Amino acid sequence: MSDRATGPVDPHGPHGSTDPHDGHVHHEHGVAPHEPDPAAHADAAHLAAEHAAAHDPSRVHVPHPAHVHAPGAAPEPHVVGPELLRLEGLEVHFPVRGGVIDSLLRRTRGYVRAVDGIDLSIRKGEILALVGESGSGKTTTGRVVVKLTRQTGGRIVFEGEDISELWGTGRLRPYRRRVQLIFQDPYETLDPRHTVGAFVEEPLLVGTKRMPREERQRRVREALEAAGLRPASDFAARYPHELSGGQRQRVVIAGALVMDPELVVADEPVSMLDVSIRTELLRLMLDLRRSRGLTYLFITHDLSIAWVLADRIAVMYLGKIMEIGPAEEVIRAPRNPYTQALVSVSPSTDPPEPGAPARTILVGETPDAAQVPPGCRFHPRCPLAFDRCRVEEPPLVEVGEGHRAACWLSGVGPRDLPVIDAVAAAIPAGMPPPVATS
Amino acid sequence: MTGVREPGAVSATRGRRQVPLPRLADPAAPLLVVEDLAVRFSLPSGSVKAVDGVSFRLDDGEALGIAGESGCGKTTTALSLVRLLPANGRIRSGSVKLFGIDLVPKTEKQLARYRWREISIVFQGAMNALNPVRRVGDQIAEPIEVRLGRSRDASRKRAAELLDLVGIPGQRASAYPHELSGGMRQRAMIAMALACDPAIVIGDEPTTALDVMVQAQILQLLERLRRELGLSLILITHDLSVIAETCDRVMVMYAGKVAEEGPVTRVFTAPRHPYTQKLLSSFPNIHADRRTLDVIPGQPPDLRNPPPGCRFAARCPFVMDVCREVVPPEVTFGDGVRVACHLYPGRDAAGPPPRVVGATRTCDAASSTDPAP
Repeated sequence: MSDRATGPVDPHGPHGSTDPHDGHVHHEHGVAPHEPDPAAHADAAHLAAEHAAAHDPSRVHVPHPAHVHAPGAAPEPHVVGPELLRLEGLEVHFPVRGGVIDSLLRRTRGYVRAVDGIDLSIRKGEILALVGESGSGKTTTGRVVVKLTRQTGGRIVFEGEDISELWGTGRLRPYRRRVQLIFQDPYETLDPRHTVGAFVEEPLLVGTKRMPREERQRRVREALEAAGLRPASDFAARYPHELSGGQRQRVVIAGALVMDPELVVADEPVSMLDVSIRTELLRLMLDLRRSRGLTYLFITHDLSIAWVLADRIAVMYLGKIMEIGPAEEVIRAPRNPYTQALVSVSPSTDPPEPGAPARTILVGETPDAAQVPPGCRFHPRCPLAFDRCRVEEPPLVEVGEGHRAACWLSGVGPRDLPVIDAVAAAIPAGMPPPVATS
Repeated sequence: MTGVREPGAVSATRGRRQVPLPRLADPAAPLLVVEDLAVRFSLPSGSVKAVDGVSFRLDDGEALGIAGESGCGKTTTALSLVRLLPANGRIRSGSVKLFGIDLVPKTEKQLARYRWREISIVFQGAMNALNPVRRVGDQIAEPIEVRLGRSRDASRKRAAELLDLVGIPGQRASAYPHELSGGMRQRAMIAMALACDPAIVIGDEPTTALDVMVQAQILQLLERLRRELGLSLILITHDLSVIAETCDRVMVMYAGKVAEEGPVTRVFTAPRHPYTQKLLSSFPNIHADRRTLDVIPGQPPDLRNPPPGCRFAARCPFVMDVCREVVPPEVTFGDGVRVACHLYPGRDAAGPPPRVVGATRTCDAASSTDPAP
């Protein structure tokens, strides 16, 4: 990734070198890096500004002072608009069939409950991260939103319009223009025989009314530039094998941008990439939100990426949302034991210290979605499970401003980590289960 | 998890071996010493200097992490230890001494004695590395039977023990790879790597494709195996958190060269090389403040024609004139950290205390544990 390829839309650019201190340490031989890197500072300020700005001022949640007062913070506020997408009681149950005969007779042997009744709402300009492990249903949810998978229950509402039963290529076309999907693997998405320009242009060729050639070329150029691939004409002529991994993923992003979408569903778009490239792409996505007012449904298994990027985080487990709320709340004060465990094992580059809080490593793996445990679906792996959890499923209840968690203990959950030990200690054996407060 | 080893650790670990040392082994020699290793790949467009003058050492029972971006030569370095390089790769110079025996001049046939028996590898994609049409237990028993010459029954019994050791119930030995979950397959791969009781296990991105919780389970397993078996480990990964958690020492590579090497506790808390600093500050970390996220502008140099001076010069925030012309020499500090950077000139091992670029990692540690308001 070349220098020019980063952060194209940021006027306070990280590499603008407007800082008067820039360079003063650099040319003195043998001086240790005492001075914090000005470029790094600008980067940091930029990200901080994104986050500070992303928070609706009407929210009770107070941003970290460091975010607000970061030096050189971009003043441009990021306004989260009205609701763009709403999922109501969304269900995707796949029938399990034993073989050909079952299929012929339309006989089922139960259902895989991939998505098992979730409610979500995304406002315009917002980044919502859907976090979960394999088998959590996060990818299926994303596929339902882009209408690649048919839901078996519930409603999908886009800009106030119920699109649950909108099917068929022609009828879906207007919706598909406005909602784009970015996949994880740019190696599989890109056809090695097509140039970058051809790949980005392709969606413009679909449909009955053909766009004039000049118009198409202009839009391809704009999309490539917006994705940080400059000069666009140079990149448009290249083949995928001539690009680095980060550039390939930028091409995929350009392919989504060319339709000028409003909602981008990104399914693990940076998981395969090196850390430094990953960071560049996350910044690009933040930049695009600001310059184009994009809204993201960001699907990832990595809580730390959600932490860096998202305004709100929804944690899924076995087809259900276990916890949802502002990123700061979900990460810093998780109320569901599953979220708490995920937070505690989330990657850190700090070497373990003797006094550090213990990590909660859950035993086993996510069970088969064809056999969802009764009661709370997390109870077989939950270190805090008690009798009620085994029979009754906890509802998502309000535990803070815009923060909801599904756990019988969430009403009493303390806020400091390691929460699990603390809660376990706080509940004497035989005590009746606490009632979740709302 | 300390960088300092007991003097008696060498014999203690070797004493646990159930299989004999190679005939030529020097019992007093360090476990592994790699010196000035250089590996080239020949391509139609030129020769790629993938690894260029890399030296390091691994002691008994120690875990070394090799970190860096794709293409920095970390996998090439590890694979060249047992010469498992692609056909166009050649070791140009340097030595790889295992128990004092140089493996570089060995013929393919002679090397067979060391592959898997002394140095085994856990690959990234367990699904691709395991044979899909053979039972897991049989796949683990095979190297014991073939390489150590044990009887079939003894091999099967040992395979069952190994599966048990890595946390797979004995009856799953008859399962096929597709019947196991991703985490279980990775455990089976680890059992297979342990089959011949090797001197060194190399993990090539062993947790990269796994879910966070399963990743934590596998790291916990490696930790336990190190404790129980005195395993010597080389872990190759671009995920610095894996190294922070599992390794004693870390070697950060950039464009085929060692940028910084030393105890994890030192390198990760007070990185000296600007590349290490950038790498650490670009790592998304939920235990730190959000604004610590940093980027490294630019991209690594083309290793067909590497720049004459420091290979990181073009991306370095502290670049000086000398960096573009002279290859920085490796300087070793008093705390055991080795750095190749012109910011630390001469042989002055005392050196100034390093400061972190961005200056956010250390000071934010306190505030990041605060609960949200």
